Amino acid sequence: MSTEYEMVVGLEVHSQLLTRTKLFCRCENRFGAPPNSLTCPVCLGHPGVLPVLNEEAVRLGIRLGLALECSIHHRSVFDRKHYFYPDLPKGYQISQFTYPLLTGGLLTVRSGEGTREVRIHRIHMEEDAGKNMHAGIRDASHVDLNRSGVPLLEIVSEPDIRTPEEAVDYLKKLRQILRSIGVSDGNMEEGSFRCDANVSLRPRGGSVFGTKVEIKNMNSFRFVHKALLFECDRQAQILDRGERVVSETRLFDSSTGRTLPMRSKEEALDYRYFPEPDLPPILLDPAWIEEERARLPELPQERVSRLSREFGIREEDAEALVLEEDLSRYFEEASEAIQEFAGKGGWPVEQGTLRLVNFLLSEVLREWNRKGAGILVGPLSAREVSHLVSMVVEEQISLNQAKDVYAVCVESLKSPREVVAEKNLFQESGDEALGGWIAEVMAENPGEVQSYREGKERVFGFLVGQVMKKSAGKANPQKVNRMLKEALSR
Amino acid sequence: MKLTKEQVLHVARLASLSLTDDEEEHFAGELSGILDYVETLNRLELPPPGIHVLEQSEEPTLLDPDTPRPSIRPEEALSNAPDHSGAFFRVPRILEEGR
Repeated sequence: MSTEYEMVVGLEVHSQLLTRTKLFCRCENRFGAPPNSLTCPVCLGHPGVLPVLNEEAVRLGIRLGLALECSIHHRSVFDRKHYFYPDLPKGYQISQFTYPLLTGGLLTVRSGEGTREVRIHRIHMEEDAGKNMHAGIRDASHVDLNRSGVPLLEIVSEPDIRTPEEAVDYLKKLRQILRSIGVSDGNMEEGSFRCDANVSLRPRGGSVFGTKVEIKNMNSFRFVHKALLFECDRQAQILDRGERVVSETRLFDSSTGRTLPMRSKEEALDYRYFPEPDLPPILLDPAWIEEERARLPELPQERVSRLSREFGIREEDAEALVLEEDLSRYFEEASEAIQEFAGKGGWPVEQGTLRLVNFLLSEVLREWNRKGAGILVGPLSAREVSHLVSMVVEEQISLNQAKDVYAVCVESLKSPREVVAEKNLFQESGDEALGGWIAEVMAENPGEVQSYREGKERVFGFLVGQVMKKSAGKANPQKVNRMLKEALSR
Repeated sequence: MKLTKEQVLHVARLASLSLTDDEEEHFAGELSGILDYVETLNRLELPPPGIHVLEQSEEPTLLDPDTPRPSIRPEEALSNAPDHSGAFFRVPRILEEGR
């Protein structure tokens, strides 16, 4: 991206809610059911039916409002938003327009070395549409209305985001909050967390916004990053040529990494919003909001602070752990075990915790991404893995051996202790054993010993290798180094 | 307030209706009549908008517990549709993606 421009991004996220039923009828809200098996006259949009608001959906809205420090409005109103599309059987979507449930709010994201506060503009409740399918169908499209009426919260940020990295961090943090407070599963593949971006450029340091373009169809964090980079470049080229950016909606094409204009209606959409006459305004009991506040679990940001305070780990590390709730819980359990092992072994806890964090964020995180939460239990429980880490601290095995052991454990679902025992890996650090091998090697290689003593230090590596060989790889290399040097200087 | 033919066409497009030339003329007149009638309200001193047709009380809204009830069978769901294919509603091919 050209450095004379600054990117301005606002994000709109649609998040499906973890309710058991839909927003306005009691059909199940469930992904993956047979087509059109979760419908009724209400969500099919038959004439004469009346919507009945789901209590849990409102509760989850309140929770998100509390987590993002929004203003939670005691009175909010549903509106009808009209458009024609086959996935919208009523011809309108019940949404909130003039009086949304939540306004304001804040989310702090990483920005380079520092942070940036991204303001939330508004969050409103609405119903999802059904799903259209086109692939492999000739001259027709198919519609499944199981998703019709599923509750959504639409979360609209202010245009406070300035880089693709900030955008991705915003989305990750938002998704993490939604998951941690049980509002949504945040599953991007299944469409329960969908994101659109409004992107414009302006001269760096300017205060007026440029013409914005809306980008849709970015269904992974990686695609969001790619789409924003591409769009930024595209707009910069237009501006460099002295032309104007056209306000339009563009789709991200993941196969080419480009955004393409959406073939759309020529006339501007006119949604003809008006208050939904079939639903009274939502009036909230303030006591209910206070109840929810008291019930709110620890939020991700609070957990980051607590982990780094309690266990003395770096904030970045705590943040990386907290990004995945499973991992941060695992870390807490493992840290407790480390304290116990440290007590028994008489070594400083911090040393074990540091090793543990590094091990979790490299080895465990990688396998977790590959295999899922199954690798965090049973033979690879937090306690077992902290045992593995403490073996490294106690120099019974080397770090590289621990990594190999862990990989074997993941594949064979055996515990680290078992694998270490099977492979007979325990590192030999005893003075007697090491001293014995060293003496043997020196006796067997008098020429090399002589050369070393005459100043040819390069043979040292050869001698260490010989000791390692004698020990079948089990000698503690650092200690061999130390003892061999001593022996040679005598 | 006199509606132009263009305005009638715009409303027709939003409502997905196709009108004949005669109908355009006809509705331009008829809709103008309706608007004139509603215009009468503008002569009244009214509170600012925001009052809801169902605004009744200060009591918190009654909400429905999140307990599933049985849905209807897919065959039933499809039975009023003009066309279907297997368990799906079948509609004319949608060209544009998204909205």
